[in-house]
Amino acid sequence: MSTATATIYDDLALVKEELSRCMKCGNCQAVCPVFITEKTEGGVARGKIALAQAIIDGTIDLDDPDMYEHIFNCLVCKSCMQNCPTKVNFDKIIFALRAAIAKKKGLHPVKKNIFKLLHNYKPLFDLGMRAGGAFQGLFMKQIPSRQGRQLRFPIGILDRKRILPSLSATPFRSQVPEKVTVKNPQATVAFFTGCSINYIYPQFGQDIVTVLKKNNVNVIIPQDQHCCGVAVFAHGDVQTAREMAKANLDALEKTNADYVVFGCGSCASTLSHEYKEMLKGDADYAEKVEKWSKKSIEISTFLMKKIDFRKPEGVVNATVTYHDSCHLKKTMKVFNEPREIIKSIPGVTFKEMSKPDACCGSGGTYNLTHYETSTGILKRKIDDINKTKADVAVTACPGCLIQIIDGIEQFGEGQKGTHYISLLAESYRNEKKNGKK
Amino acid sequence: MLDKAVIEKLEKIVGAENVLTKKADLVAYSYDATADVQKALPDVVVLPSSTAEIQQIMKLANETDTPVYTRGSGTNLSGGCIPLKQGIVLCTQKMNKILEIDPDNLTATVQAGVIVADLNSAVAAHGLIYPPDPGTVATATMGGTVAECAGGLRGLKYGVTKHYVMGMEVVLPTGDVVRFGGKTVKNVTAYDFASLFVGSEGTLGIVTEITAKLIPAPKYKKSMLALYKNLADAGKSVSGIIKAHVIPATLEIMDAMTMETVENYAKVGLPSGYAALLLIEVDGMAKDAVEAEAEAVVKVIKENNGELRVAENDAEREKLWAARRAALPALAQLGNTVVIEDATVPRSRIADMLVELDGIRTKYNVTLGTFGHAGDGNLHPTIMYNCDNKEEAERVHKAVDEIFAAALKFGGTLSGEHGIGIAKMPYLKDELGESGLEMMRTIQKSFDPKNLLNPGKLVPAKEV
Repeated sequence: MSTATATIYDDLALVKEELSRCMKCGNCQAVCPVFITEKTEGGVARGKIALAQAIIDGTIDLDDPDMYEHIFNCLVCKSCMQNCPTKVNFDKIIFALRAAIAKKKGLHPVKKNIFKLLHNYKPLFDLGMRAGGAFQGLFMKQIPSRQGRQLRFPIGILDRKRILPSLSATPFRSQVPEKVTVKNPQATVAFFTGCSINYIYPQFGQDIVTVLKKNNVNVIIPQDQHCCGVAVFAHGDVQTAREMAKANLDALEKTNADYVVFGCGSCASTLSHEYKEMLKGDADYAEKVEKWSKKSIEISTFLMKKIDFRKPEGVVNATVTYHDSCHLKKTMKVFNEPREIIKSIPGVTFKEMSKPDACCGSGGTYNLTHYETSTGILKRKIDDINKTKADVAVTACPGCLIQIIDGIEQFGEGQKGTHYISLLAESYRNEKKNGKK
Repeated sequence: MLDKAVIEKLEKIVGAENVLTKKADLVAYSYDATADVQKALPDVVVLPSSTAEIQQIMKLANETDTPVYTRGSGTNLSGGCIPLKQGIVLCTQKMNKILEIDPDNLTATVQAGVIVADLNSAVAAHGLIYPPDPGTVATATMGGTVAECAGGLRGLKYGVTKHYVMGMEVVLPTGDVVRFGGKTVKNVTAYDFASLFVGSEGTLGIVTEITAKLIPAPKYKKSMLALYKNLADAGKSVSGIIKAHVIPATLEIMDAMTMETVENYAKVGLPSGYAALLLIEVDGMAKDAVEAEAEAVVKVIKENNGELRVAENDAEREKLWAARRAALPALAQLGNTVVIEDATVPRSRIADMLVELDGIRTKYNVTLGTFGHAGDGNLHPTIMYNCDNKEEAERVHKAVDEIFAAALKFGGTLSGEHGIGIAKMPYLKDELGESGLEMMRTIQKSFDPKNLLNPGKLVPAKEV
């Protein structure tokens, strides 16, 4: 570890300056999904800032038995940061709090096991997910006409009502060659799949490759890419997150690609924004992190802004509404391009939902640890989707999608949930049917 | 510490999930939006859902002599929510139902925890507005704004909270409930209870329901910006506009210090080298009338050496308002503690007050920026400092003392819209005299003889 100076993730006291920027105005209450659902001040950013200050002042101890619950009752959706008049970087504060508690008391008990698998034991993690793919039928039943599986019996933290996606028997990266080349490429991109596309939604991976091929782009799918690390970082295991970041940067460095593209808002924002934060002060990686952060863009930005986008001509008859992934909209400020792509598809009627950028309640593992609040947040999202009368709800983040599909099954009106890129791929595929190209 | 039996009874009343006793939860109710006042942890926080539950909580508190602090969203700026003497924080945020919108009578009846902006969104469908608009409309509750008599940017033309409360339901310290007022425009039955409870800062009873007056939304608006090289000219323009019989919906001022800070922070295109700016918006139901008012304003600005910028479209209007909204957050960047005062003077003395504030800034060498509602005389002299620097803090406190003295000297008042709470209680005698304080104590004691409701706020204890 070559970090020369201590960061807020190594020493909580250093976050004091960030805390002092909070005027305690309470504007965060208006947009915090946790607060809107629970209506308690401890849930909102202002309450957690007060908690951080109390820890630094010694009014309350990190060992306090309720500390995990409070520090982890946040989706890190960053909605508060969009509404903060003094621009408090609340993400830094919450991550610093989590790093401090992880350092002192260890990881959140529920998550310890999950991250043990992730931590540099890629083959093990892979095996675990694959085994899950093969054996999921034992404890989850496929529901006819539904988009996922329901638990046969409650297992620990998982609520029985939950509809969970099926695990893929063959991960995406095992389904594709490392390089997919086209004649006369416009560009060469590295495709960072992320865990969700690799293990849960390999079809989206295939669709992204299809879309890139149709746009004359060479695709490299580095086989030695890792989990992006946002989950471990968000849970305070900064050391593991740093190692993952470095491993991914090394993998990307070998590709020499023009851009890195993503089909997941969270992975994209992690590589484009959080890696700089995680590796701050690490001289060995300063250059690499600068270079690859800049090159990391979500697929819609790549299609609409970096190349000549080939307009799709195949008809997809659907009324579509789009949910903004928090990390894509609020961190990366990407919201227009996915809509442009959806609207470019012949046959699609686009209907904007009310508050499309309100969090869906997924928050990575938040929906495992805080299922009740998460479901309250989700219900508002599904109500907004229902009001559009759309028959397809799309998003740019597989994490949101798992959540939204669960919500549609519980509160929806039979809408299909999918990735917007799959609609585009379908349109390209339908061109043959329509007798074009 | 509260007796365990009391907590258990509270859990029976509102359900265990609505009773918070964990320390990490209590920390989040130890403050409000006020800087530079003490913090205190309550023993327990309860989140009731009905008037009946509040009655039972109040009865229990009365039986056990437990203080009760009613709290909405905790956005007030005078320390009004802080549980100084421990006890129960009673948070109304779960009582957030709009009970009725009555477009025939132009009223809305709401529970105390309804957010002001939510009421406005709901009545917008009927072409109506609820005008009081403190800076925190998106978060503040109706109950909280009633308890503080919140004002806002439109006070000059549309008045403040007290002008829009027609009736209430209140739980008294005994646990009894009273309803008074209602949908009638006229009502002189008994004392004017609404006037007594508006601005009572949670000391007399717990407001549980409010019947509010609504008005038709103005159809036309025109926004203008005037820049001045000389502070006195800006002040003269304010009184000139009023003298010309134009009552703008908003008439806001920013001094040079605020302008410069806003520009550095928000980059909204404010020019430098000016002593002050005025932001003026006229509105109304008829286009011609609005245009005529705008013309009259322009004339006054020119007569007083102001340079004029008029918003030609919504985007330009939005830019002007963005500058105003950025005033407080921009200033807040200049120190780790921000004291926002709301000393208010008669409109004719605005220029005098601005000059006085300039003097105070120099005298105590403090970082002081002034902005605010010039049209109604309600300025926000705002001081930024580092609370860890004792010497600086002392200078700030002296400057604050002098700001209040100045406001009173010009025939003004300590607080235009933020309330007295803890922050301004020491100055109350300067404005009301001992007989005024005694009257307050008499009123408070007649409602709350045990001093259970929000103790330590608004009403100064008798010196012995």
